[in-house]
Amino acid sequence: MSQDSQWPVWEVFVQANPGIPHKHVGNVHATDAEMAIQNARDVYTRRSEGISIWVVPANAISASSPEDQGSFFEPSNDKPYRHPTFYKIPEGVKYL
Amino acid sequence: MEDQKQIEAFEAKIASGVKIEPKDWMPEAYRKQLIRMMSQHAHSEIVGMLPEGNWITRAPSLRRKAILLAKVQDEAGHGLYLYSATETLGIDRTELLEQLHTGKAKYSSIFNYPTLTWADIGAIGWLVDGAAIMNQTALARGSYGPYSRAMVRICKEESFHNRQGYEIMMHLAQGTPEQKAMAQDALNRWWWPAIMMLGPSDDQSPNSDQLMRWKVKMESNDAIRQRFIDRTVPQADFIGLSLPDKDLKFDETTGHYTHGPINWDEFFEVIKGNGPCNAKRLKARSDADKKGRWVRDAALAYAEKKKLKAA
Ligand SMILES: [Fe+2]
Ligand SMILES: [Fe+2]
Ligand SMILES: [Fe+2]
Repeated sequence: MSQDSQWPVWEVFVQANPGIPHKHVGNVHATDAEMAIQNARDVYTRRSEGISIWVVPANAISASSPEDQGSFFEPSNDKPYRHPTFYKIPEGVKYL
Repeated sequence: MEDQKQIEAFEAKIASGVKIEPKDWMPEAYRKQLIRMMSQHAHSEIVGMLPEGNWITRAPSLRRKAILLAKVQDEAGHGLYLYSATETLGIDRTELLEQLHTGKAKYSSIFNYPTLTWADIGAIGWLVDGAAIMNQTALARGSYGPYSRAMVRICKEESFHNRQGYEIMMHLAQGTPEQKAMAQDALNRWWWPAIMMLGPSDDQSPNSDQLMRWKVKMESNDAIRQRFIDRTVPQADFIGLSLPDKDLKFDETTGHYTHGPINWDEFFEVIKGNGPCNAKRLKARSDADKKGRWVRDAALAYAEKKKLKAA
């Protein structure tokens, strides 16, 4: 007999209101996308927490690794000129 | 041997309030303890559905039935959040369930007591969910990201559980003498088990120093228990029910209630498997798993067939 299957894992993203991004809320086990969406509705939106659900097979997600967090994101650390506060604008100049 | 530097960095992170995420480095003891605690919590949520599920078909009105169904469904959801949070520690659900069914993993002692009357449903929501909330609001501040997030979510949902239970008790307490007696009887039977479910007293629960430092445990069992008692006693007074503890009294100097001795022998017997319903609960869970097996297999086979057809 085959190994007991708890079904593949799907990561769930819920959009709470129109116009804002979908946010990761957790995961569900399901045989296919349709079932994953139904399960996600029952598990994560029982109190009108959402108006739209995305499900993604967990194994389809690639992630950056926490060990390289420092060096990976480092290139942006030495570029303060990407922020508006880097620039000194004389007082009295408006709309800038 | 784990690198001392790694441990120091890990502890510094926790001390500064940063959450630990699944792929971060963590000591083996931290991972093991979390798997133990979180799976125990997940099991408690789904085993906890059994005593209450027992009354769904016999709820006294459609309103009560809809409420109880929604509550029990929430508990299933809590179980799912917690299993999935536990899986982030590198263990899969099949293994977790096997640990439950073989008795290797525990679940909360409280669910090994029977629900004899409708008033027990009130007592459970009020006392058992009430005690769980005390514990879970503390755990929501814990260091492990997925567990803490699951707790935040669960706490939001628990408050309705707590209130609907109190409402049941209040209505019974204001009802006929028989109804009031039924509420009092349920309170008599559930009070001590609810107090005990918050875990052994501090002098009997060793090695919590490290767990506190790692923010796996946030508060001692006795501290949480005290808060639960302090908040619950006035609620009982308000609806005219009395607590089955003749030593219970308010201490003006400390501002806390003091209570009589807790029967820890009973607690440890229940934990060991000798409570009134342990065997029944475990059998119900493992039967559900075995009998559901063909459904899981068939659903998966069907999904695979559909995929082939579509290809
Ligand atoms: Fe729950
Ligand atoms: Fe809970
Ligand atoms: Fe609950």
